Amino acid sequence: MAGGVPTGGGSGSAIYRGAAARLMLPGWLMIGLFMLVPVLLMAVYSFLTQEFRGGVIWRPTLAAYDHFFLNRGLFGDEPPVIEWTYLTIFWRSIWQAGLATLLCLIVGFPTAWFIATRAPKSRAIWLFLVTVPYWVNLLIRTVSMKFLIRDGGPLNELLNALGLLDGALGIVNTNLAVQLGLFYSYLPFMVLPIYAAVERYDFALSEAAADLYAGAWETLALIILPVVKPGIVAGCILVFVPSLGAFLAPDLLGGAKAFMIGSLIEEQFKGAAGNWPFGAAVSMVLMTIVMGVLLVYARAQAKGGK
Amino acid sequence: MMARKIDLRHFTGFRAITLLCLVVLYTPLIVVAVYSFNASASITNWGGWSLKWYLDVFTGPEAGKFRAATVNSLLIAVAASITATMIATAAAVAMHRAGRFRAKTLSFALINLPLMVPEVVTAVASLIFFTTLGFKGGLGTILLAHITFCIPFAYLPIAARLQSLPDTYEQAAMDLYASPREAFKLVLMPLLAPGILSGFLLAFIISLDDFLITNFVKGAGVETLPTAIFGAVKQGIKPNIMAISTLMLAISALFVTLSWLIGRAGQGRAERA
Repeated sequence: MAGGVPTGGGSGSAIYRGAAARLMLPGWLMIGLFMLVPVLLMAVYSFLTQEFRGGVIWRPTLAAYDHFFLNRGLFGDEPPVIEWTYLTIFWRSIWQAGLATLLCLIVGFPTAWFIATRAPKSRAIWLFLVTVPYWVNLLIRTVSMKFLIRDGGPLNELLNALGLLDGALGIVNTNLAVQLGLFYSYLPFMVLPIYAAVERYDFALSEAAADLYAGAWETLALIILPVVKPGIVAGCILVFVPSLGAFLAPDLLGGAKAFMIGSLIEEQFKGAAGNWPFGAAVSMVLMTIVMGVLLVYARAQAKGGK
Repeated sequence: MMARKIDLRHFTGFRAITLLCLVVLYTPLIVVAVYSFNASASITNWGGWSLKWYLDVFTGPEAGKFRAATVNSLLIAVAASITATMIATAAAVAMHRAGRFRAKTLSFALINLPLMVPEVVTAVASLIFFTTLGFKGGLGTILLAHITFCIPFAYLPIAARLQSLPDTYEQAAMDLYASPREAFKLVLMPLLAPGILSGFLLAFIISLDDFLITNFVKGAGVETLPTAIFGAVKQGIKPNIMAISTLMLAISALFVTLSWLIGRAGQGRAERA
């Protein structure tokens, strides 16, 4: 797969040996300078003092992290207790992202399976149909979802006309709307890796299971799922990670009650009410969680591969 | 009794779920596309078919704003995706054709770093970086940020193509006294072209798609199409926004069809080669 560190096989070629440094240099410079250095600088900023009109004063302090985890009262002189405001937002983001992942899996696995088991010609068309929405601008997809589910919108009208609902739908600005938005945004990310795994699945395994009197669903649970697990795990990570830090879906579809990490961070850098060191600290916490998830995944991959 | 052949690939309900999946994916887009042709100024009531919101997009009071934003978006997407594709091509050749070298694993991690850091974190880090250096937010900062996060997207298809190409063609060229540079330019590049093209298209779409990072580094007064649309949507979804959305939808669909066809053509050629 293109994703792994190239070792051996067709990529062991050393035709341009000696040119590696020259070829890598632009990439190193660009990503090093405009990605790695900024992230390190952000880590430094999270330990600096807040400047009240945005920006920082270069004086080291733990105030940003203190503000995140502890509540010392309005004037900062009370004994510290745990600050729940931000932990609640993180907890909400984690369960929203987790639920979106689960829903995407429940819908995505059968879809990927169904597509991968079509005849090659129609398979290409099904796959094409599932990928097109992924290429549509995420902002436009989110706005479209909002248009559809808003009060008095087409879905609302339809339900009213069918007599299933009387009055306003009342989904927008709730956790449910955000959940729908996340599910809608990242569903293709679940389907594609599972599809790739199912495509490589050896149906002799299913035949063997059937010969030994396993039912279809038994085969699914005991044989197929364990075999295609790498694709499932990859899909789950591709949905969970962007959902956790998502901005557009929570911002456009959720209100103050459905606030997630992305909006919390964004708020710290907009206008005079912002707090840059705090925004940097929240970003650090988010990045730590994501890196943790990716590290566990990489470890499992390395173990499974050997 | 005849033994009934059991289809091991079949699971009851999977077709229904797939259809549901497609309905969920397409309904919002189709509904917005339909309502963009609504003659009524209200977004709720249907007033018959009309093209007036498309006319509004090009000639209405906000036409200038959206035109400027579109030009910015396209300029940045073209410049960022070309630059990112060149950087990614060089990196992919280093990774797959230059044998082992020091810091190879580290280089690979660095190339993919933009995929691992959450987008909002990249946005914050870029803003902090540019502010500290005293760079004024504008097209320049947007372009630098876009080139950076487009690199891994351009890299993936190029590296995949490179990995599936044996180096025998280049070996043959060099046996016939081609210099490495000539083998690279005259033999590898044409073979790699489909990968480079899909890398470029992917980077282009990713650049056009970006809202969050752009919104952080753009500075006041400079807009790309997504930030302009976001600003407008914050005041409510108006019919002209639906017309713009439908236009972008059509362009995306065109692009994905194009890259699909190129991918298929490339695949066919690889099989024949």
